[in-house]
Amino acid sequence: MMSGTVVDSSSPTAAAPDDISGSVLELDEDEDLEVFSKDTNFMDGSSLNTSMQTSPGSMVNQYKFEEEEEQSDTKDIFVTVDNPESHVTAIETFITYRVLTKTTRSEFDSSEYEVRRRYQDFFWLKCKLEEAHPTLIVPPLPEKFVMKGMVERFNNDFIETRKKALHKFLNRIADHPILSCSEDFKVFLTAQAWELASHKKQGPGFLSRMGDTVRAVAATVRGVRNRPEEFNAIQDYVEAFSQKMTSMDKITQRIIKEQKEYLEEMKECGPIYTLWSGSEEELVEPLKMMASCLDRCCRDSEEHTQYLSSNLLPILHEYVLSTETLKAVLRRRDNIQAEFEAKNEALATKKTDSEAESKMLSLAWDSLVGKDPDEIRQQKQQKHKGEIKELKEEIDKLEDKLEWANNTLKGDWSRWQKSMRSDLKAAFTYTAEKNMEYYEKCLAVWESFLLSQRTEASEGGDRDES
Amino acid sequence: MVEKGTTLLKRMEISVAEAEKRTGKNAVSMQETYTVYLIETSSQHRGANPAPDSLWRRYSEFELLRNYLLVTYPFVVVPPLPEKRAEFVWHKLSADNMDPDFVERRRVGLENFLLRVASHPVLSNDNIFYSFLTQEQSWKEVVFETGFQAKADSRLKALNATFRVKNPDKRFAEMKHYGDELQSVISQLLRVRARVADRLYGVYKVHGNYGRVFSEWSAIEKEMGDGLQSAGHHMDAYAASVDDILEEEEHYADQLKEYLFYTEALRAVCRKHELCQFELEMAAQDLTSKKQQREELATGTVRTFSLKGMTSKLFGQETPEQREAKLKTLETQIEDGEEMVKEKNAECEEFVKNAWVDIERFKEQKDRDLKEALISYAIMQISMCKKGIQVWSNAKECFSKM
Repeated sequence: MMSGTVVDSSSPTAAAPDDISGSVLELDEDEDLEVFSKDTNFMDGSSLNTSMQTSPGSMVNQYKFEEEEEQSDTKDIFVTVDNPESHVTAIETFITYRVLTKTTRSEFDSSEYEVRRRYQDFFWLKCKLEEAHPTLIVPPLPEKFVMKGMVERFNNDFIETRKKALHKFLNRIADHPILSCSEDFKVFLTAQAWELASHKKQGPGFLSRMGDTVRAVAATVRGVRNRPEEFNAIQDYVEAFSQKMTSMDKITQRIIKEQKEYLEEMKECGPIYTLWSGSEEELVEPLKMMASCLDRCCRDSEEHTQYLSSNLLPILHEYVLSTETLKAVLRRRDNIQAEFEAKNEALATKKTDSEAESKMLSLAWDSLVGKDPDEIRQQKQQKHKGEIKELKEEIDKLEDKLEWANNTLKGDWSRWQKSMRSDLKAAFTYTAEKNMEYYEKCLAVWESFLLSQRTEASEGGDRDES
Repeated sequence: MVEKGTTLLKRMEISVAEAEKRTGKNAVSMQETYTVYLIETSSQHRGANPAPDSLWRRYSEFELLRNYLLVTYPFVVVPPLPEKRAEFVWHKLSADNMDPDFVERRRVGLENFLLRVASHPVLSNDNIFYSFLTQEQSWKEVVFETGFQAKADSRLKALNATFRVKNPDKRFAEMKHYGDELQSVISQLLRVRARVADRLYGVYKVHGNYGRVFSEWSAIEKEMGDGLQSAGHHMDAYAASVDDILEEEEHYADQLKEYLFYTEALRAVCRKHELCQFELEMAAQDLTSKKQQREELATGTVRTFSLKGMTSKLFGQETPEQREAKLKTLETQIEDGEEMVKEKNAECEEFVKNAWVDIERFKEQKDRDLKEALISYAIMQISMCKKGIQVWSNAKECFSKM
């Protein structure tokens, strides 16, 4: 399962099973980055076997995302990922997810499909898509290994997060005008387990893939000479964007952590006020009310933090991952150009060599062998012309390939930018709304406190309102 | 927080207007830096435009005043001073006595102290208190001349002594227990509050990072640039807003602290009652035993074991004259003893009466003040929520322009 850029050391090089025990660090060792910290304790209410989160909030969010897509009115394929299940065999333990497809597309024999897939399968799909469309921006997959230190692949939060990311992955493919037509995608969605396994075995043979790899390595080593300015600009942008997204991801994680710690401390306040009310007479009501208000605020805070974790953070993380994809796409484009440039150079060399060659060595050889120099020269020239013609044909093919690659990349780049803008705009806007909602809820709580005290006061009749 | 329109406060406005740093030589001729506070008073009956009288006092002078009041009016729950050193601090708050925020909060606390004393039905009439407010020179000498120091030492000793009272007044025992509970609960509350403040600070400040990143990010975007940039400013504003929020919350903590320190004064009054009661019981016990001795001497029966009884049995009886002399001494002692018991009894009753009046007053004041404090806490939270809504609403607008 080579993706054509084996030199890229940060992407997994083979379809390694995702249940290797022992910790593998995929992320940089930045202390600030605490992914899935062991202290994570919030309950998102979902057990291993619940279906996809259907809380109104997340539905709205998803709906908003899909709305922005160009084909919102022509969307004819709907995919959901849910229902994670654990499978235990003699050799390994792994999780499968249910993939449901509903479609009206004619290429599909049926209108509904239900299959079970594991992470390996998603990974296979991604690789196939990248192979078939090296300069298209394939949506990112959630990481293979995430835990720092402890292997907690089967904790609920991890599975839930991964499930949602896989869902996103398939939906983005389904929305892509070119990728969604991929045969591999169709097979992924529809084939039963054994069908999928046999389909996976097909495809370009090992040797031809090796050939691709060798060429790719050679091209990368050589490097591209004349990268068009627009791709330089994209490269620079991707570099900077990647840094910003990584920061945003880390900051959001930090905020979630701080909020959780704040909640832990706040939770202790209510009980103290309740305890206090036990010693008082006149103050019993206000103190109990305080305790109740603080408890309500705690719940609101918990909900709010939950939103950040399950909605804002995943989208930021997805875009961090997608920058890796973008870098890979740019590299592959560069490789295609490098190959083209290499062939051109070879042609140029061949042309200049033709004069020199015919003079020295062959004359010496031919005289040794005793052949007729003129006949030999003619043969040689014919051969040479043939070789040059071949080269030129190859160069033409490569030129077409390069042009195709450049155009598809440009097209998809513009598509990606649009998506990115609308996704992040929606995510940030919604986050701001959730923040406002949190404060509005707390405001209501404290206003109810004031109201209760004023009511008491007016009943008592001995306080003047200040 | 303090009732207006009573006693001294009726006739006089009091405020602690300013604080200043001074350096000078102390008692052992060493250089020291200290803070002085400006006390301003203006008598209301002094015509249309009374210029306030003013004088400067140090914290130690306030302490002296309070000690004097504690000793002179043991039946009063004397208002506490603001803390000597900052306690229950969350990390950003300075524990340094010279820190301007601490000094400011102390100024407010000292003013509050004076207002409470000035509105107290008993304390406000005290001359030493009046001179504290009005007499700049040699006030200290005047205080020491009252000889309160001697009483102070014996009071301290008594308060720390352990003794068992046979018949304490139940109300005082309950009050003492209440004081302990209140102290415990408020301490817990203050500790938790400090930790919560730390955490809240963290949450807000991290948002400042959003501001920084948005700003940098806006540089590489075309369409999204403006929206991001202005949203970033709002994130900075959000991060900065926590300083004011926590400053206000500190005020709530100060209100709680005042009552935390009040529990000590409350406990002192209850202890004093116990002491009175104990002395009464001791005097009564002494009287009873003396009466018993007289009876034994008079009837010749030895009802209780005594060394004298034993020795007289072993070494022979006393002469009638010796017995007569002894009886006479005992009679005098018994007379004195009865006087003592009467006195102590009266003392106790007087004390109980006055103390309970003040405790009732204190209870009412406490209920009012703490309820007020809870309400102002709620108002603070509401204000904080409104600020939050505002900031995020602004940010949302910026995002929608992305």
